[in-house]
Amino acid sequence: MEVGLKMAMKGGGDHVGGCEKEKMGFEETELRLGLPGGGGGGEGGGGEVVRKRGFSETVDLKLNLSSKQDTSGIDPNDEKVTGLNKEKNLLLSAIDPAKPPAKAQVVGWPPVRSFRKNMLATATQKSSTDESGGEKVAFVKVSMDGAPYLRKVDLRMYTSYHQLSDALAKMFSSFTIGNCGSQGVKDFMNESKLMDLLNGSDYVPTYEDKDGDWMLVGDVPWEMFVESCKRLRIMKGTEAIGLAPKAVEKCKKRS
Amino acid sequence: MMNYFPDEVLEHVFDSIASHKDRNSVSLVCKSWYRIERYSRRRVFIGNCYSISPERLIARFPGLKSLTLKGKPHFADFNLVPYDWGGFVYPWIKALAESGIGLEELRLKRMVVSDESLELLSKSFANFKSLVLVSCEGFSADGLAAVAANCRFLRELDLQENEVDDHRGHWLSCFPESCTSLVSLNFACLKGEVNLGALERLVSRSPNLKSLRLNRLVPLDTLQKLLMRAPQLVDLGIGSYVHDPSSEASNKLKHAIQRCKSIVSLSGFLEVAPRCMSAIYPICGNLTTLNLSYAPGLHGNKLTKLIQHCRKLQRLWILDRIGDKGLGVVASTCKELQELRVFPSDPFGAGNDAVTEEGLVLVSAGCPKLNSLLYFCQQMTNAALITVARNCPNFIRFRLCILDPVKPDPVTNQPLDEGFGAIVQSCKRLKRLSLSGLLTDQVFLYIGMYAEQLEMLSIAFAADSDKGMLYVLNGCKKLRKLEIRDCPFGNSALLEDVGKYETMRSLWMSSCEVTLGGCKTVAEKMPSLNVEIINESDQTEFNLDEGQKVDKMYLYRTLVGHRKDAPESVWIL
Repeated sequence: MEVGLKMAMKGGGDHVGGCEKEKMGFEETELRLGLPGGGGGGEGGGGEVVRKRGFSETVDLKLNLSSKQDTSGIDPNDEKVTGLNKEKNLLLSAIDPAKPPAKAQVVGWPPVRSFRKNMLATATQKSSTDESGGEKVAFVKVSMDGAPYLRKVDLRMYTSYHQLSDALAKMFSSFTIGNCGSQGVKDFMNESKLMDLLNGSDYVPTYEDKDGDWMLVGDVPWEMFVESCKRLRIMKGTEAIGLAPKAVEKCKKRS
Repeated sequence: MMNYFPDEVLEHVFDSIASHKDRNSVSLVCKSWYRIERYSRRRVFIGNCYSISPERLIARFPGLKSLTLKGKPHFADFNLVPYDWGGFVYPWIKALAESGIGLEELRLKRMVVSDESLELLSKSFANFKSLVLVSCEGFSADGLAAVAANCRFLRELDLQENEVDDHRGHWLSCFPESCTSLVSLNFACLKGEVNLGALERLVSRSPNLKSLRLNRLVPLDTLQKLLMRAPQLVDLGIGSYVHDPSSEASNKLKHAIQRCKSIVSLSGFLEVAPRCMSAIYPICGNLTTLNLSYAPGLHGNKLTKLIQHCRKLQRLWILDRIGDKGLGVVASTCKELQELRVFPSDPFGAGNDAVTEEGLVLVSAGCPKLNSLLYFCQQMTNAALITVARNCPNFIRFRLCILDPVKPDPVTNQPLDEGFGAIVQSCKRLKRLSLSGLLTDQVFLYIGMYAEQLEMLSIAFAADSDKGMLYVLNGCKKLRKLEIRDCPFGNSALLEDVGKYETMRSLWMSSCEVTLGGCKTVAEKMPSLNVEIINESDQTEFNLDEGQKVDKMYLYRTLVGHRKDAPESVWIL
């Protein structure tokens, strides 16, 4: 009960100064720790505003790409006032059931490991595909640098990058590829050599995703890749310098 | 008096002391006990890899056989820590390799493990037996191949929830024919294919294999063959579980499963057709551990029917699709339940299927032995928490995550202070607590007063003022890890008692009110702490204004000063 009343008081705006909250009556509670320095609560640290940072406010901050709101350039007086307003908003949204909660995502909330998020995303996609009945097809064009013509593959025929890699190797084994010299055709018949080429640094498998960006193949879970891949291009390693290295790409995605 | 015994006798006595804490205490009694203890110490646990150096570890414990290391702070799990923050295992492996220590077991959590490290590990310790990697990253199947190929007496390769680049699946084939010592093999987190023939042969020649966890790409017919070859399994992780219940394949599988009378732990179902679960029923009666938290396809009747067969269950990990009603079935069936984890099936959204306070109350009423909880839910009430506290006074770990983190009690519109207060007051053995929902300073007062055994506390979007943090720091004498995000705690709270942080492993504060000046003060007063400021914004220089709020601060006690491997985004004060 008492805590509820306190909440109402806070929203009421009768503490414009913002620094004297400890007078709100913690002394009234019979449960009390003896804080060092008494009831003053150590506000002498510089008269900083203590305000509750609301969830919705954090959403605003996190979504604001220029992130200028939370740098030190803000006049502390402004901060107090906006802090109060935001607090009121939080209070309203907390108490008023009609106001919908912020739908946007805050970094790290809910606290679920990315590993788990990715696994569930893949699993859910897979089960919804199964449940929807028929196999959808996902034909995409595949081009390889130096090859005279393009091919098409149905990504839904494969369940892993490894299988796709095998298929591509078979598909392009008849073409001459760059610096294999006179050994030429013999080497391409050797699947594992081609695989090594494909997996090694000479050739880089890339794809164009839904947003039109060229991405390195292999970073996202297989199902996610199938959903977003619009076309494939097997690039010469020398041309792939423009693409971020795998490790940095992956880590940027993770952080 | 004990000093009149020869060293060997004392060593023998110390051998029976397993707990790290107790052994640490023993070593402090006197110089000779310190000496005897350190030579006889085989297992060392290091909760923060930056608190000590490998050189000092080796110098003190030359007989070391088993090392556990943890790297990144817990909030790294939720993308709050830059990927290159640190936690590299390579320097540890290198130092151990050069020292001649006979390492046999390495357990790592939240560390960066390169292929190079794994290769060095595999070649440096002739007697290496056990590698456990939890939530690690930085390695590929090549590293695994090195371990498989070179560790001749490998017993355990346990990969839990790691990010592995494993597009080349040949690592499993690298186990030599002479390797017959495997007891535990867990590769459930790998996304790529493995050589199925090699897997079958490996299992066939591993008579001691007790634990096998497969990944999604191991098909059903392979599963059936593996079970036929390893009926002695105790722990099974099923990868793909899709079959037609009326088919021959399904019958063969049923037969194979029934032969496995020792299985007490079941997990996986990374791909599952719910109508096939009846094949599992014969072994459900023996299960003590069941993890269905990666099987969103399982819900409704098929799920509850399965659970009704599991009367001996002690540990259950499940998705919130089970619903409150499903939890009711758990409550009436699983009387031995000790640990329950309910994960959100939709971690990004509002979660229409989510559970509420009702499910938790039902479980608390039906499962009095419950002592460990992780519960993601739509909402929670004070009344429910008070009931739960009364029904289950034995909680050691209590983690509640309301998907909307500032949601009040929907019935009374009050904060959840009273509910959590009841939990800490009733559960006198509580060691770990995570809070959520609308919370004021009051709940922290309760925590400070009652949570005497609390070691780890996680707080988000809570409290009204510095008082909240002060109540906790003053009251919880056994606090070891405190992690806070988005709370209005500032320098006053941070600086009140800096000596306290030396009694703790670490403190994390992000999106709070502490400033650069405050953090600098802590660093100045406490040279035994590393105070790290993490700044991931695009600014290339740190704004040196002392009044600037710090986005993320991580401080921890250490015996070895500033680390040298911090990236640009981390500034050690």
